Amino acid sequence: MEDVNIVEQITLSDYKYGFISDIENDTAPKGLSEDTVRFISEKKKEPKFMLDWRLKAYRYWLKMKEPEWANVKYPPIDYQDIYYYAAPKNSSEGPKSLEEVDPEIRKTFEKLGIPLAEQQKLAGIAVDAVLDSVSVATTFKGKLSELGIIFCSMSDAVQNHPDLIEKYIGTVVPSTDNYFAALNSAVFSDGSFCYIPKGVRCPMELSTYFRINAKSSGQFERTLIVAEEGAYVSYLEGCSAPMRDENQLHAAVVELIAEKNAEIKYSTVQNWYPGDKEGKGGIYNFVTKRGMCRGDNSKISWTQVETGSAITWKYPSCILKGDNSVGEFYSVALTNNYQQADTGTKMMHLGKNTKSRIVSKGISAGKSQNSYRGLVSVNTKATNSRNYSQCDSLLIGDKCGAHTFPYIDIGNKSSVVEHEATTSKISDDIIFYCNQRGISTEDAVGLIVNGYAKEVLNQLPMEFAVEAQKLLAISLEGSVG
Amino acid sequence: MSLLKIENLKVNINGNQIIKGINLEVNAGEIHAIMGPNGSGKSTLANVLAGREDYIVTEGSVTYMGKNLFDMASEVRAREGIFLAFQYPVEIPGVSNANFMRTALNELRKFRNEEPLDAMDFLQLMREKAKLVEIDKTFLNRSVNEGFSGGEKKRNEIFQMAMLQPKLAILDETDSGLDIDALKIVANGVNKLSNENNAFVVITHYQRLLDYIIPDFVHVLYKGQIVKSGTKKLALELEEKGYDWIKKEIDM
Ligand SMILES: Nc1ncnc2c1ncn2[C@@H]1O[C@H](COP(=O)(O)OP(=O)(O)O)[C@@H](O)[C@H]1O
Ligand SMILES: [Mg+2]
Repeated sequence: MEDVNIVEQITLSDYKYGFISDIENDTAPKGLSEDTVRFISEKKKEPKFMLDWRLKAYRYWLKMKEPEWANVKYPPIDYQDIYYYAAPKNSSEGPKSLEEVDPEIRKTFEKLGIPLAEQQKLAGIAVDAVLDSVSVATTFKGKLSELGIIFCSMSDAVQNHPDLIEKYIGTVVPSTDNYFAALNSAVFSDGSFCYIPKGVRCPMELSTYFRINAKSSGQFERTLIVAEEGAYVSYLEGCSAPMRDENQLHAAVVELIAEKNAEIKYSTVQNWYPGDKEGKGGIYNFVTKRGMCRGDNSKISWTQVETGSAITWKYPSCILKGDNSVGEFYSVALTNNYQQADTGTKMMHLGKNTKSRIVSKGISAGKSQNSYRGLVSVNTKATNSRNYSQCDSLLIGDKCGAHTFPYIDIGNKSSVVEHEATTSKISDDIIFYCNQRGISTEDAVGLIVNGYAKEVLNQLPMEFAVEAQKLLAISLEGSVG
Repeated sequence: MSLLKIENLKVNINGNQIIKGINLEVNAGEIHAIMGPNGSGKSTLANVLAGREDYIVTEGSVTYMGKNLFDMASEVRAREGIFLAFQYPVEIPGVSNANFMRTALNELRKFRNEEPLDAMDFLQLMREKAKLVEIDKTFLNRSVNEGFSGGEKKRNEIFQMAMLQPKLAILDETDSGLDIDALKIVANGVNKLSNENNAFVVITHYQRLLDYIIPDFVHVLYKGQIVKSGTKKLALELEEKGYDWIKKEIDM
């Protein structure tokens, strides 16, 4: 019998969704300068306030330094060697229906298992599909606008709802917040805007599929969701990227604003190209996601399933400003091969009786490094606040690493913060036990990983949970028959 | 019909020879008991038959249903009907017994080109088998072996065996740590399953299990070899005289 390390076998995995579609781009010249910023703003026919805001961010960014505190390592990024704007060529007029969408683009989505034609029929899901930087198809708009809900691309919003954008953009993640947020503010290409008016419950899950497609085009999505008093919305974001050799920078910003009694549920399945088995290529995913529970009794819930990217740097956070407001963070972060993830959350308790809950499930395989970084801070005025954190790590094999960096800062005596952590390992004994019951090593790993991640996956809307479950198994798939 | 034929089997673990030339033939319809002092190599033999990776076969052959056993991956052996009730069953956190068994059973059915069992049929089968080994229904929703007592783990092994209906079941000290009631339940489970088409290899340290599971043959394994074979009478003799008698005979 071969004396092979089964764990090693199962952690060698090929990226299933790797392919590149052939679409011509309307591309800005390489490199970053005030001219690039002006080019983007002009391309998008933006009002002056937007250009000024971008330029201010750009000038501030010039003075900033790239952060070094995260537990990730990568060669220096040459910001002058990146294309900052690329739009699919036929998009200047914008398609009126799915039939008008570039057949190449539609084929790409179909390969990903996202047939737009069928999605329109899928009850309850509106799709704002983003390919590269420009929205190419939006559905269910009519139904939503009847309720006064605005759900459109960021570019459309800047043109058609400039007052709302000017009012809210940068109020949760200021353009000066951090290096990557400043970069995004200067050159953001597109993204989604979502506005739920007072008292309206959005009747369907809002979903956007992001996808990197153009060669060396940095992706700078910007998403803004506003839920007015008593409003509710559940928003889904998912992505998968094609096989690629060079590293690509992805620096998105997501801002959520929940007014009094409002609730926002934001779910992500992230599957950017992670690089190959040797750690070559893959996406650098430097994301700033933050929500503000501005009004009393408001609630923001983040759920993320992170399986992709060579490097992930991402801390979806909640500012619990309103009294009795609630913040939640449910996360599964899976790393394999040479992937590095430094992810977690910040819960900032400012209002009285605020509550937060953190459930983080790290899964490390191969030679990957997986870090949880979390901050729970309770302001002196945030009396009677509570936090519960659960940070679990699952190791597959013995060449990977799991790290937790929980920071706690409590400013008053009436608040309670609880933290629990576990580390477990899928041992050869467990795998053998499963094999002995007729379950292959791959299926055994899938079974265990899905069991381990259940608490988080249960937070996802049904159709996403199934997709996420498959994704976890695919990401750990190897050569074992 | 010969189900299992072991010829001159030698096995190394980490460079040490643990199994030193074993011959054993098991036919359909038979129950074999393997006894012997601790450290004799009983579990090693069971694990090698089940396909454990780090146990290296250096010599000999094993034929299972006419095929070379060592050509089959461990999950294939399981699907071909080999079942090992582990001496120390592992815990699988986060995976319920029900989900685990459903996955295992459907793998087996897929292997036989059968449709997966639908949820209702599966549930009914599970209830029926749970009753056989007298385990509580709530136990099926708990994670595999997690927080189970020693006795519960052993009964769970028999439950799984009943679910999967193997052709060749190897029970590795399923009786140790069981009180007499639990022992009867386990024995009853085996006796209900036993028929002319399947076979059991019952590894045990004590003869008391053999009061309830009547073996056709009893073998004594000592220092990696079968040093004595006989009928049920041999087990009684061992009970009476202990292993020292055999050890003395062999070590001389
Ligand atoms: N993983 C292992 N590494 C080294 N030696 C082992 C290992 N497993 C078992 N052994 C040795 O093999 C011998 C037989 O063990 P085992 O098969 O468990 O005996 P039994 O089941 O009869 O009590 C013992 O001497 C034991 O120490
Ligand atoms: Mg043993």
